[in-house]
Amino acid sequence: MINHIDLSTVLRRTVCDLYSDLVTRPTGAAVRDGIEKQLSELGDRSLTVIDFSHVGLLDYSCADEIVAKLLMRYAEASAPRDAYFLFRGVSDSHLDAIETVLERHNLAIVAQAEDGTVVLVGTIEDPERRAWEAMSRLGRAMAVDLAREAGIAPEQVERVLGALCRRRLAMELDGGYVVVGAVT
Amino acid sequence: MTTVINLPPSLDERTFETVLEQLAPIPIDEKVLLDGRHTRWASPYGLTALLTVAQTRAEKPALVSPESEETGSYWARTGFFKHAEDLFEMHGAVHRARASGESDVLLEITSVAKSEDVHEVVGRIQQKSASILVKELNIDAKATMGFAMTLSEACQNIVEHAGRGGWVAVQTYRWQKRLGRRVVVIAVCDAGVGFRQSLESAQGRRMSDRWDDGMALEEAVIRGVSRFRDPGRGQGLAGVRRYIGRWDGKLSVRSGTARIAIVPSWDEDVPLEEKLPPFPGAQMQITIPERITDR
Repeated sequence: MINHIDLSTVLRRTVCDLYSDLVTRPTGAAVRDGIEKQLSELGDRSLTVIDFSHVGLLDYSCADEIVAKLLMRYAEASAPRDAYFLFRGVSDSHLDAIETVLERHNLAIVAQAEDGTVVLVGTIEDPERRAWEAMSRLGRAMAVDLAREAGIAPEQVERVLGALCRRRLAMELDGGYVVVGAVT
Repeated sequence: MTTVINLPPSLDERTFETVLEQLAPIPIDEKVLLDGRHTRWASPYGLTALLTVAQTRAEKPALVSPESEETGSYWARTGFFKHAEDLFEMHGAVHRARASGESDVLLEITSVAKSEDVHEVVGRIQQKSASILVKELNIDAKATMGFAMTLSEACQNIVEHAGRGGWVAVQTYRWQKRLGRRVVVIAVCDAGVGFRQSLESAQGRRMSDRWDDGMALEEAVIRGVSRFRDPGRGQGLAGVRRYIGRWDGKLSVRSGTARIAIVPSWDEDVPLEEKLPPFPGAQMQITIPERITDR
């Protein structure tokens, strides 16, 4: 199930209806709570578009509370549900804050550009990046095909794909693998 | 008994030390009178630090406002008197704000105590700063968001760590003597617990043998250490450092008896000063110079 969350709406609903900037930790924590409330109403498995299009400023503290903490929570084995995220409407200035916090926590996200293409942002090792890019080219693909396309040894590919899924960058679908964002 | 403290003719980050030197031996419950009659100029740091001094005194201090109408008018334009009237017993001329072309107050002196105040500050600075940063300081339009981010993180330092409210002000002016260029200056001052005490409050934190205000500043400003165990903390000041590095700016932070600075090539400041006269809380100044473009 694909869910859409407009961050500026969550901000106005959870913090103050006059705000358009995502600044300060308490604001970020309140917005993350708002996102998690919406996620709790979805099924066990979901893909959520987190939309920054109408957000003015995003500072480091808010990026940490919203993006990093959300990802870390759902990448844990104890995550409340199998949730994936696609980040949309991310401007250059948002990216500055987001990249900084992703680097700090060794995280990565999938961001969707205006033309609909998806890109990886953040910290990612080379085999993971190659596997993700191969998946992006092939669409839904089996592990063996991805190993061939990405030039990864067959005995290593399951580990690499497992890491991509754990990090919420790819998902298993009908016995194959697909990048987050390919199914929107 | 009231002790008279003379304010220097030019009240800025450096000369404010003379004020603190005069204050150092005076018990906080003793009355002081800050004499600003001969002060002709004050930076955002000077004005916000003055308000901060008042917060540190148990006995309400007195302040004599500048004799110069031009100076008094500028202080009024920054919103200084609005706050000073609550914190000081005011003496001397009552000044009103007059328009002036030479200095631009981007953000009046604003009280910062809670998250909502940071939203307010960020909203106001974005409206006012974008065109000035681009047209007068030749700073890339994209960087104006970074400027607001920097301001946000600097203010959050008060909300998250000071334990009491502080002050922020932003102004642009021509720094003729030192630089011959325009600069935009952010000053953020509070009279809270300061960096050393804030880091000491971290659970399970082990202090080294040399643990003092200077080391606390090095930990927080250079190494991004925070009192919180959350590994996401400490990114705010790191972000401020990155921004000033990108725009050849200067960052200085004073806390307790020490002051640390990230010094650009155009300035001759020292990276760390210790054994300064004590000043509770934390005082930060960020200076971004006009960008020289090839024409």
